[in-house]
Amino acid sequence: MFLSDSKGISKILGIGIVAVVLVAAGLIYYTQSMGAEQPATITAGGASFPYPLISKWVSEYNKLHPAVQITYQSVGSGAGQNGLFAKTFDFAGSDAPLKDSQMEQNPGILHIPETGGGIVVAYNIPNIGSGMNLTADVIAKIFQGNITKWNAPEIAAINPALTLPDLNIVVIRRSDSSGTTNGFTSYLKNASSVWILGSGTTVNWPVGIGASGNSGVASTLQQTPGGVGYLEFFYAKNNSIPFAKVMNRNGQFVEPTLTSISGALGAAAPLLSSDVRASVVNMPGDGVYPISVFTYILVYKDLSYMPEAKAKAVANFLWWIIHDGQSYSESLLYPRLPSSVVTVAEANLKQLTYNGRPLL
Amino acid sequence: MNKKSIFFKDSAFKYLVGGSSLIVVAFFVMIFVMLAVRSYPSMANDPLMIFGSTWDVNSGLYGGIPAILGTLASSAIAVALAVPISLGMSVFFTEYAPRRVRAALSIVIDMLATIPSVIFGIWGLWIVAPLVKTYVQDPIVGSIGFIPLFSGPAYGLSLFLASLVLTFMIVPIISSLTISLLSTTPVELREAMISLGATRWEVVRHVALPFSKLGIFASIILALGRALGETMAVTMVIGNSFIWPFSSISLFSPASTITSKIASELYEAVDVLHVSSLVELGLILLVITLLVNSSARLVITRISRRNASG
Repeated sequence: MFLSDSKGISKILGIGIVAVVLVAAGLIYYTQSMGAEQPATITAGGASFPYPLISKWVSEYNKLHPAVQITYQSVGSGAGQNGLFAKTFDFAGSDAPLKDSQMEQNPGILHIPETGGGIVVAYNIPNIGSGMNLTADVIAKIFQGNITKWNAPEIAAINPALTLPDLNIVVIRRSDSSGTTNGFTSYLKNASSVWILGSGTTVNWPVGIGASGNSGVASTLQQTPGGVGYLEFFYAKNNSIPFAKVMNRNGQFVEPTLTSISGALGAAAPLLSSDVRASVVNMPGDGVYPISVFTYILVYKDLSYMPEAKAKAVANFLWWIIHDGQSYSESLLYPRLPSSVVTVAEANLKQLTYNGRPLL
Repeated sequence: MNKKSIFFKDSAFKYLVGGSSLIVVAFFVMIFVMLAVRSYPSMANDPLMIFGSTWDVNSGLYGGIPAILGTLASSAIAVALAVPISLGMSVFFTEYAPRRVRAALSIVIDMLATIPSVIFGIWGLWIVAPLVKTYVQDPIVGSIGFIPLFSGPAYGLSLFLASLVLTFMIVPIISSLTISLLSTTPVELREAMISLGATRWEVVRHVALPFSKLGIFASIILALGRALGETMAVTMVIGNSFIWPFSSISLFSPASTITSKIASELYEAVDVLHVSSLVELGLILLVITLLVNSSARLVITRISRRNASG
């Protein structure tokens, strides 16, 4: 009787001590995190292209600032823009900058270039690996159906070292609206006089088969001998799909690499500083890969419509991604923002205000 | 008191079940109204544009006929292929199959019906497409490719492949219903036929099939509805191109359907006209399915009335 009683008492005592310790630890943790930062929950969404990198940023940033919870939904650039306009997203990711008409309807939106990407011309030709030479005109003719055989004289002329097979070209392109299609067609519109399909997230393709997403194009390409398509650089690289060198404005055939893509982004910095929405495909410069594009964070200049703690958190997070966040880019096969572009992004971010006061 | 409570329970039950059916009606009306309202900008802009042949977002042209015809063609081909397969399987199942085979077969049919369409899509894209290209399309294009309906080049992904994948998706619908119908053939009729010296084929032909033909017809319409609306698998294997049927009439040409067009473009559509044209395509699909279902109903009532009077 006595024994069991004392057991009971010590049990209760034990539980009590554990509870007190837990509550104390919780309080200390809470007050510490409170001192460092106000808690904030940020909801964002948009382009799927930068999604892997943004996810990485979100998780790394959360380790540094546990009070700030960020979610980024990979819903596509169009849905991201609409979410921002409706203010359901606190910022949006978009592969294409806003059009003039959108800017007029929704004034006061900043474009922050956060990373970029290269779009590669990938192919499946038996016994031919990466590095076939292509020019803008040849790419345009292939994707418009004007060149239909891999051994066409126009391809052979710029690839004297290759033995090209007598194989039909099968064009594989995106069926879904996509920033990749926009970047690819913008390049062709800019760089080739024979391109007549215009540019946009979808165009009216006269030939070929449409597949959904980078993965759809890649898997169709891999099982279609003679196939040619355009893919995001990291997707082709990760899946070891051969891709072409493309002639740039300086007349060099350039292989897409993180360096040559980053070089293109750097070459675009002067353009960006006058108009952040400027088209940056087909930039001149030594060793610059011409089919390189930016992807942007869109955010309202005046964040007074959200709680102050959240506005501060948004501004700090965006500042962090263009600086410390860039160190995570290359391991995920995204190009690092050149310092000249970071300067432009900084200048834009400094326009963020809350009730008239700058946030950064 | 007791009587009252029973009365109350009864009327509550009545309103409950009545309410459930009202919800179904309300849903349908809501969807219809939503499609009509959201497609208004495109109809107001140019009511006939959707019946054009060119879909070019850059020039603001939204002609949906290739998608509408693609939907109709892929579903029609799928039904045409699925009906003989399903009927054959059902007759085998009810007339010839030994008990063990029957058990195995019925499990397979049920499982086939529950496979998600995205799985059918992956299977079509990775496995069936290369096989169909090498063993069906290439030989046909090589031999009778001069006929426009079978002309090349063969890509694998095509209207034909989409129809084939749809066929596999609707065979379980038709056959599982047909099997249950055929197995309800009255034993007296069957025995009477056999006692008259009829062969199995004659029993099937003159008793079992005529007895179930209305139900079989209804199951085919159900399957057609499924084929018309199928999105994911079709989007993955049809090749999503507007060149069919105006630039190329070939069955082996990549094509497009209403649902694949909507699924591909809706999320990134920014222009109001673009969005509303896609929604208008959805409205047209709804009208097509309504027409199919109501004409099927008409046929069924007419046949059953004729049977009753005859």
